[in-house]
Amino acid sequence: MSPTDPGAGRAADGPALLAVTGLRKSFGTHEVLRAVDLTVHTGEVVAIIGASGSGKTTVLRCLNGLEVADAGRVEVHGSLAVDFATSPDRRQLNALRDRSAMVFQHYNLFPHKTVLENVTEGPIVVQRRPVREAREDALALLARVGLADRADAYPFQLSGGQQQRVGIVRALALRPDLLLFDEPTSALDPELVGDVLTLMRDLAAEGWTMVVVTHELQFAREVAHRVVFLDEGAVLEEGPARQVLTDPAQERTRQFIRRLLHPL
Amino acid sequence: MTSDQWDLVLGSLGPITGGAIRGTIPLALASFAGGMVIAVAVALMRLSGRRLVAALARGYVSLIRGTPLLVQLFVVFYGLPSLGLVIDPWPSAIIAFSLNVGGYAAEVVRAAILSVPKGQWEAAYVIGMARPTALRRIILPQAARVSVPPLSNTFISLVKDTSLASLILVTELFREAQKVAAFSQEFMLLYLEAALVYWVICLALSTGQGVLEKRLDRYVAH
Ligand SMILES: Nc1ncnc2c1ncn2[C@@H]1O[C@H](COP(=O)(O)OP(=O)(O)OP(=O)(O)O)[C@@H](O)[C@H]1O
Ligand SMILES: [Mg+2]
Repeated sequence: MSPTDPGAGRAADGPALLAVTGLRKSFGTHEVLRAVDLTVHTGEVVAIIGASGSGKTTVLRCLNGLEVADAGRVEVHGSLAVDFATSPDRRQLNALRDRSAMVFQHYNLFPHKTVLENVTEGPIVVQRRPVREAREDALALLARVGLADRADAYPFQLSGGQQQRVGIVRALALRPDLLLFDEPTSALDPELVGDVLTLMRDLAAEGWTMVVVTHELQFAREVAHRVVFLDEGAVLEEGPARQVLTDPAQERTRQFIRRLLHPL
Repeated sequence: MTSDQWDLVLGSLGPITGGAIRGTIPLALASFAGGMVIAVAVALMRLSGRRLVAALARGYVSLIRGTPLLVQLFVVFYGLPSLGLVIDPWPSAIIAFSLNVGGYAAEVVRAAILSVPKGQWEAAYVIGMARPTALRRIILPQAARVSVPPLSNTFISLVKDTSLASLILVTELFREAQKVAAFSQEFMLLYLEAALVYWVICLALSTGQGVLEKRLDRYVAH
């Protein structure tokens, strides 16, 4: 297996961690998701690409209960199953949410808490892990992204790239089964994008299961196992990253990729 | 000014500052604390998304802001006894002032909560927090920072408004000044002295506000 090709088949052979079927969501009369299906295997990296407004963010938000879908099923690990057709209760949505952690486009760090407090807030306050253990965990994670010395800084004292790495560490510290990324680098200055992508590549290599909404085609090609092309709220095409990105079956996918590569 | 007048001013400074320390200041502090509890509750009711609950909160704010504080005070102290509810001057004053501050501060608190970006709620939910925890640990601390300047104004107004409590027989700064004035007939002198003491208290509060704002600003870029 070449280092630039994570090998389509490898992770996909694992058990399905997440199985989404027939996900629908409307805002008023605007049908944003029209029966989206998505399967993510343990250890797999799935990239979601698509035009602005195609519903990428909404898919992620439905996966962690930030948005309640109108219909569809989300199954996690074969055990937890939420059926949105029968308006699920809060307990079910919370259970779904607790399996994943999300990294936001605009980081959304807590500005009144230090870097360390941002990372330990979930483990200590929500998961009730021992304070000392949560701190040590957080410091180890910060060290691995090169931010150990900024543990006591406030978010405003960090660059965008550093803030996003803290955002990723905050998600990792929850020890989720699934990491969701919503355009994690698109708010960053170009010279800061690399650090964050490198970190995500390392996480993928470690075997984290990741769903990444991204416009970084090179990253998708090199790191993702599978690419899903979302078009007007439906999956128009999906398959091994290399195939979808270099030789898509659908003309619309081809157009979209061409426009991303050659904006002018 | 004659030396007799000087002696009067100096001699009355004791009772007047005593009235401030034993009356005005504790009355303002207790009423502000009560008012803030009401304000947060009313703000959350307005933001609850339940129409009836929100309407109730809106009605409360409208009633408080649409009626004079003096009338509110008199309703509690002189009005309620006719319904068989007799409340002493001090608790009456605290109840009336708390209700009043609650009505005004509710709007400040509501605006402050709304000023916290939606992404902060979402980040709190994503790390597993329920709404009350998110509110307490993530949203309200950030809302507090924005609301310090307007709430400081509310507090300073309240300190001055407590002088109305003299009308329901609470012994505070202004009532002490009135007593000396009536006895000595030096109205101008005593009321100016009272005004000066209020001013000094408010100056001290403004300084405190500055310190607090600086402290809460430590995590914000300048
Ligand atoms: N809360 C909402 N209320 C109303 N409409 C919404 C809401 N959230 C999203 N939409 C609409 O749903 C559509 C899909 O939005 P979504 O954010 O999922 O798109 P996206 O693919 O993530 O786009 P982008 O690349 O610009 O981030 C858009 O037309 C958007 O305007
Ligand atoms: Mg989006």
